[in-house]
Amino acid sequence: MRDLDDKALQAKDKRAEFGQDIDLDAFQAEPAPSPSSVEYQAGSSTLSAADKERMILSGIEVSGVGRAGSFLQKNSTVLEAFSRQDGLEVMPIREALERHPWVRDYYWKLASVDADKYTAQARLKLHNGYIIRALPGSKITYPVQACMYLDQEGASQHVHNLIIAEEGSELHIIAGCATAAHVRRALHIGISEFYVKKRAKLSFTMIHTWAEEIVVRPRSVGIVEEEGIFLNNYICLMPVKSIQTYPTTYLAGKGAVARFSNLLVGSPGSEMDVGGRIFLQEANTRAEIISRAITNGGTIISRGALIGEVAGVKAHLECRGLILKGGTMHAIPELEGRADGVEMSHEAAVGKIAQEEILYLMSRGLSEDEATSTIVRGFLNVDIPDLPPQLKAEIDRAVGQSDQEMM
Amino acid sequence: MLRIEDLQVKIGDRKILEHIDLEIHPGETHILFGPNGSGKTSLLMTIMGYPQYRITGGKIFFKGEDITNMPVNERARLGIGLSYQRPPTIHGLKIRQMVQICGRGKEVDPQELAKQVNFSEFLDREVNAGFSGGEIKRSELLQLLAQDPDLLLFDEPESGVDLENISLIGRTINHLLQRDMRAEPGKSMRELRQERKKMGLIITHTGFILDYVTADKGQVLYGGVLTCASNPREIFKCISEVGYEECVRCAT
Ligand SMILES: Nc1ncnc2c1ncn2[C@@H]1O[C@H](COP(=O)(O)OP(=O)(O)O)[C@@H](O)[C@H]1O
Ligand SMILES: [Mg+2]
Repeated sequence: MRDLDDKALQAKDKRAEFGQDIDLDAFQAEPAPSPSSVEYQAGSSTLSAADKERMILSGIEVSGVGRAGSFLQKNSTVLEAFSRQDGLEVMPIREALERHPWVRDYYWKLASVDADKYTAQARLKLHNGYIIRALPGSKITYPVQACMYLDQEGASQHVHNLIIAEEGSELHIIAGCATAAHVRRALHIGISEFYVKKRAKLSFTMIHTWAEEIVVRPRSVGIVEEEGIFLNNYICLMPVKSIQTYPTTYLAGKGAVARFSNLLVGSPGSEMDVGGRIFLQEANTRAEIISRAITNGGTIISRGALIGEVAGVKAHLECRGLILKGGTMHAIPELEGRADGVEMSHEAAVGKIAQEEILYLMSRGLSEDEATSTIVRGFLNVDIPDLPPQLKAEIDRAVGQSDQEMM
Repeated sequence: MLRIEDLQVKIGDRKILEHIDLEIHPGETHILFGPNGSGKTSLLMTIMGYPQYRITGGKIFFKGEDITNMPVNERARLGIGLSYQRPPTIHGLKIRQMVQICGRGKEVDPQELAKQVNFSEFLDREVNAGFSGGEIKRSELLQLLAQDPDLLLFDEPESGVDLENISLIGRTINHLLQRDMRAEPGKSMRELRQERKKMGLIITHTGFILDYVTADKGQVLYGGVLTCASNPREIFKCISEVGYEECVRCAT
């Protein structure tokens, strides 16, 4: 742990490869609370109705109804962390680091402390974060929810999460991040490390609900073992100032599968640099990155990279952008084959809504506005196979909400 | 009734339709023949109200209203429906939802309607995404079944349709145009015909549709000019035997 700190110190001013550079000192980092073994269950009762509203936008049900477990953190404080199902563990990472030696086998093992100043900050000033783990063979049928909430003006929040799906397990997570309605300016840094073991299935659906002056720097890395399946969905449809993320996944076992889906709406003045990178390192691995981005006057950079390292892999990248009311859309799809017999393809398109499609719907009786919003909704309606219906419903709700905002 | 008076249409600066006069009375169905590029699709799109077809002269009336400058969706609500030759793909929109849109407020059962055009397996497919020629036509007819307009415009409804489905298409068009009414005791053919209110304008290139749909009148559009009002079967026979050019010449 010492040398992790040393590395972090050396990287504390290191600019990230992508995204605008953020002055970390412009935000106040609350001191990290000392890990304690408080009873979390009652903690969420301190949330106001307005807080709960914001969380619902990110798919978080504070009541925990229909959830197998829940983790809720406000600023640097964990409000609740519990599991309702055998075979599922949900705990705050700081506490777990103290109590369970095995956590060290995962903590900073995929993500690098010295990747940039944001990873360094998360190491040096860790507030908290969660560990969600499905034990071997456990099928966690209901989604587990995890919420990071910020309600302090000008604050920065630093969290680190470990998501572990042990051999043969199945785990679905809805991760919601949101700021309180009154917060205008804040910074969120989140490190996530994903471990999908042999034949395990993990879906991770992250819905972000920020505001006009919020800066967000998630950093995540995942590994998928033999015949594991990892679905990673990222949805950010509400305004934000700047978000830059480039999650990386290694398909390190035969037959492993990863599917990334990104849905983005860039409002005026926002900058979103969102991508995904998947390394196909073993035979019969499959990867897919699908991105749908709409700009309403913001700047969106949509990156996607697939790297096929061995023969017999299959990968596809699909990047579609819609310029609705001005703005910039920059699609950067990349394919890299490093062996004979890789099968990789991509498809990228940037444009406006085709007038022909609007008129087609108008000829069926819709007004021009109704036709436009039907097309926009359809554009964001990505079929994500293997996603439980509750999560599909959360995504539909987020899309429905953004549709109202845009029109 | 649809009444078109001295209609002239341009795309950009190019004349597409010249001095078109056309009347379709309630209960009537007309067939529109014409070689490729003669302006058939343009005429239908103009009736539907597509803005790129610029009306430079003349008027269009429907149900007594001047619709010459009416937006597309208002024409749809007034009762005009179009089966497209090449409709666009709408990603993320399911056929099921499209049928609901077409039904607009009315109680429609997508499942039941889809059965009529052998399209049940397509209800959860994206509208027109990867559809074959024949599938597009069945999808269009399904939408019209839900929409149930009073004036139905069909743009080459049989092109690209395999033999197996062609009679299905023909029967459905007959049904949409209220031409499948059976004789009933105590009702004369004339009475049946008078109950028929639906109007139709069908573009055909192959003439196959004539084996299924009895139409009242046929016309040929040639170089943007409408000629040869006559019995549709006779016109088709003439075109098949001597070609459009001769056929149009003998008529003028
Ligand atoms: N968008 C367009 N721009 C320019 N010319 C067009 C356009 N659409 C059709 N045309 C031209 O108008 C003429 C009539 O076309 P169309 O109505 O599609 O004919 P048809 O349906 O009889 O084959 C053709 O010469 C065609 O090339
Ligand atoms: Mg045509």
